[in-house]
Formats: sequence, C-alpha cells, structure tokens
Amino acid sequence: MLGGVSLLVGAATLDLSTLWSDPAQLQVVTVSRIPRTLALILTGAAMAVAGLIMQHLTRNRFVSPSTAGTIEAAGLGLVVALLFFASAPVLAKIGVATVFALAGTALFVGLIQRLRLPDPMMVPLLGIMLGAIFGALAELLAYRANLTQAISVWMNGDFSGVLQGRYETLWLAGAAAVLAYAFARQLTAAGMGEAFATSIGVPYRLILGAGLAITAFTTAVVVTTVGAIPFLGLIVPNVVTLIAGDNLRRTLPATALGGAALVLACDIVGRLIIHPYEVPVGTIVGVLGAGAFLVLVLRKGNRYASA
Amino acid sequence: MITIDSLTKSYGRQVVVDGVTLELPDSGVTSIIGANGAGKSTLLSMVSRVLGADAGVVTVDGLDVWNAPGRKIARRLSILRQETHTQARITVRELVEFGRYPHSRGRLTPECRAAVDEALAFCDLGELEHRSIHELSGGQRQRACVAMVLAQDTRYVLLDEPLNNLDLVHATALMRLVRRLADERGKSIVLVLHDINYASVYSDRIVAMRDGVVVRDGSPADVMTEDALSHIYGAPFVVHTLGEDRIAAYYR
Ligand SMILES: Nc1ncnc2c1ncn2[C@@H]1O[C@H](COP(=O)(O)OP(=O)(O)OP(=O)(O)O)[C@@H](O)[C@H]1O
Ligand SMILES: [Mg+2]
Repeated sequence: MLGGVSLLVGAATLDLSTLWSDPAQLQVVTVSRIPRTLALILTGAAMAVAGLIMQHLTRNRFVSPSTAGTIEAAGLGLVVALLFFASAPVLAKIGVATVFALAGTALFVGLIQRLRLPDPMMVPLLGIMLGAIFGALAELLAYRANLTQAISVWMNGDFSGVLQGRYETLWLAGAAAVLAYAFARQLTAAGMGEAFATSIGVPYRLILGAGLAITAFTTAVVVTTVGAIPFLGLIVPNVVTLIAGDNLRRTLPATALGGAALVLACDIVGRLIIHPYEVPVGTIVGVLGAGAFLVLVLRKGNRYASA
Repeated sequence: MITIDSLTKSYGRQVVVDGVTLELPDSGVTSIIGANGAGKSTLLSMVSRVLGADAGVVTVDGLDVWNAPGRKIARRLSILRQETHTQARITVRELVEFGRYPHSRGRLTPECRAAVDEALAFCDLGELEHRSIHELSGGQRQRACVAMVLAQDTRYVLLDEPLNNLDLVHATALMRLVRRLADERGKSIVLVLHDINYASVYSDRIVAMRDGVVVRDGSPADVMTEDALSHIYGAPFVVHTLGEDRIAAYYR
C-alpha cells in the first residue's frame, strides 16, 4: 500500500484518470516512480536484514552496519575504487567496497571477541569509533581527489536520483537477503554461541563468516547505489525481535517487510513536507533512528544491558 | 566407544586436565565426580570438541572429534554444558528442535517431530513447550536444555551437572530416565554429578577426578568407600549401607 502511495507522490503531478492516455505521465511512472519505489523497498529490506544478522551474530542489540564501521568501511572501499579503478564497471566497484566492508566488520568482530568488553554498551561505541576512523581515511583520500561531495551522498541515502537503469544493482542486495533466509537456522544457531553451534554440528566459523559477508555485500551495494540509510539496520531488527523473538526463520521476513515499510513511509514524508522539494530519506530515518537508539539504551531490564 | 588419549589442557601455567587417558563404553551410565575445579567440565568440553585441547586425541567410534565433519560427530555425541547461557527468546520447542539439526539440518522429518515430542515428554515440558526460554525458571530452563540433548538422540550423551537447579522430584526422574535410556536403548551416558549418592545408586561406573587427573575409576562399590571419597575430596566421609545402596553422609 505504501508502495502505491509512493508511486503517486512526486514533483510532477500525476492524475490517475489520465495516466494511461498521457504518454508523458506514463513515462514518469516507469522511468522514475517505479524504480524509486522498488529501490526503496529493496534497500529498506536488505539493510534491515543486514542489521538483524549482525545483531544476532555479535549477540548485541546495538550492533548494526551503522554502529560497527561497516558503512564507513564500504565508503572507504568505494573511494579507493574510484581513485584507482575509476573506469571499472559498477560491479567491480561494489566488489572493492564489499572487500573493505568485510575487512572492517571482521576487524570489529575480532576486536569485540578478543576484548570481551564488560559493558555491552561499549561494543557499539567501539564500532562507531572504528567507523569514524574509516570515515576520516575516506575523507582524506576523497579530499585529495575532489570526491568529498560524493562521500556525503554515500553516507546519507538519497533516492531523488533513482531512475530506471540506475538502481538495478539493488536487486543484488535483495538476493543477499534471500540467501540469508536460506541460512536462517544456521544463523540462529550461531547466534546462540560458538559452543551451542558446535555441539549440534553447525560450522560456527563458516556461518559467522558467511553472515558477515552477506551484511558487508548488502551494505556495499546500498552505499554504492543510493547511499546508506543510517540506523535503519538498528531500529527495525530491534522492534521485530522485541515482538517476535530470536528465531530468524520467523523474524527475518518480518524484518525485511518492516525495513521496506519504514523506508517507504519516511521517503513519502520526506517528499511531502517541503513539496515540491525533498528531504533525503536518510535524514528522516536518521532522526527517527537516533531517537530509537536512545530509547533502547535507556530502557530498563534490557537483556543485553544486564547480560 | 570413546577413547581419550593423553588429553591435556592448561590455562597459563595451571594445568587443568593433565594427560587424561580413559575409555568410555558403548553403553551404560558413567558418573564423573570430583571437587570444584578438578577439571571435569574442561574434560567433557574437550571430548565434545567444544573446547580445543593442548595435546591428546579423542575419538568417537574411531572418528577424531576435531577432524571429522561436525554433523557426523553430532549424530553420535551430544553434550549438555554446565553453563548453558540460553537466554534466547525462542520457545522451548524451538530449542529442542535444534537437537535435530545434525539429522535433518533443521528440515524436520516426521521422525524428528516424534523425537522432539518424546524428549519434551521425558522432561515434563508438555505445558511449557510454547513458552519462551528467557521467561522460564532456572530448573525449567535446565530441563529444556536436557530435552534438546535427548532429542539429538545420540549413542553417547554427555551431561555436565544435569541436576543443576532441579528439584528433588525432577532430579530423581532424570536419573531414572538416564538409567532407562542406558538399559532399554543401549545408550552410553556420561554425567558429572556433585550428589555422589545419585552417582552411587544409578551408575555402572564412577570416575573420580582431582587436580586434572583421574584418581579413582571403578564400580560404585569400589569408589563409594570412606577411604576413596576422603582421598577424592580431601574431606571426611561416612558411608552407610541402605538396602543394596551405599550412601555417603557428609552433612556434619
Ligand atoms: N577459561 C578459563 N580460563 C582460565 N582458567 C579456567 C578457564 N576455564 C576453567 N579454568 C580453570 O580450570 C580449572 C578446571 O575447571 P573446570 O570447569 O573443568 O572444573 P570442574 O571440575 O568442572 O569444576 P565445577 O565442579 O566447579 O564445575 C579450574 O581451576 C578453573 O579455574
Ligand atoms: Mg564443571
């Protein structure tokens, strides 16, 4: 339903009754509105699922692509790709960004597993710190290559530029989410700890690696194509987990739906409040997300805060 | 048969399992006793490959536990750990279904469902099966974890302090179940027990550890003596004979 509304809202006015007879209007729909709506759905679903997987694998409610350095590492990878492989196809750039995102996230997970921080709140702090370092490196490189403008786009998703032919890579992120669903049982088991997984014959290291690779790839695709949506991977999985529990077979589809709905809703709001101009969806989700993050941190009786 | 050969584990300079060599039989009830810190959990964790060893080899029916495929081992050997840390928000039934993973990778067959139902019934969890693990009492959660291990339906079942948190009635019920599974299904059940009287009454064999080594290994009649027990625990015991059972008194 939100998808339908999204199709109708935009700078160019649409009139349903004349839609089919007016080729200019029909073109607005197929070239801009449909791609934009699909892009929003795919991004929302995939980023929320990525957050859910990270939250499980690290057994920490506050971990998501935006609080583990994953987004910034992907951005750094993208700068590197643009600097050194400027003429390479988009898929190659996504590849480089994925490698960086995975390396950054692996560094983060390695650190938290080794350090065994006494307070679960310190885990996202460490991630945000790592992210700041990756982000600073990216900016340093970008500054020398006059790419700073591009960086601000990657860090804050903007769908106003989404047109037919410029969003299709997002289907890859959707495919990654589907792949994650195929491994939902193994991911759930891995989320219950290494000993638990080992005892029933789930290859813990392999699943951990695969899960992180899926999140890194998803993040890289999204950052490259439309720009990250901060906090999306944090709020949606938390709300869904709160209601539906920890079994990914159940929560993964709900999280994907929730992510898509939230992004669509925020995008519509963003397009309406200063119509015919737009507030980027990343800004709106970011404001909501920061608020939700605070609520999470302050909530009493939180199992992560007490565990 | 499980063979344990010169198994060793140290933390820093402290050797907590010191060259243990032991064979665990194809069937029967074997209890492991010993004081806190004797190395019982460390030994079982290594046998079940949840913890790596510094030296030594463990084989289950000839398969090296660290090198054989994980699922293959998990179809022969299951473990209940002492610290279960199972705070996840999944239901009791979902937890127990994880026990079937080695057999079906989670795609439950009718046989799996039967095993899950039976395990739930064995552990008196019928009414709790749709409750979330994180809202159970300590003993209820312990029973859910035991049920998961039983659903795994392996020949070798390692239980590290399965009676933790259980009330007297559920503790005795579990020990009777352990005995039945050994007698009727030919399973080999190895359990760590602190209540030596349960060990005495229900075991075929008692293995006693102290400071990382096996100090006694024999039938309950061999181990349940005042001499042996005071050597194992470094404290005095009085052993009474009650019918056919040897019961140790250590309350005064
Ligand atoms: N991760 C660890 N790091 C350091 N020392 C450890 C670790 N795990 C266990 N130990 C030490 O190893 C020794 C044996 O521990 P283990 O858990 O095997 O004892 P146990 O016989 O099971 O005792 P209990 O009856 O209390 O369960 C103890 O002295 C313990 O302090
Ligand atoms: Mg122990």
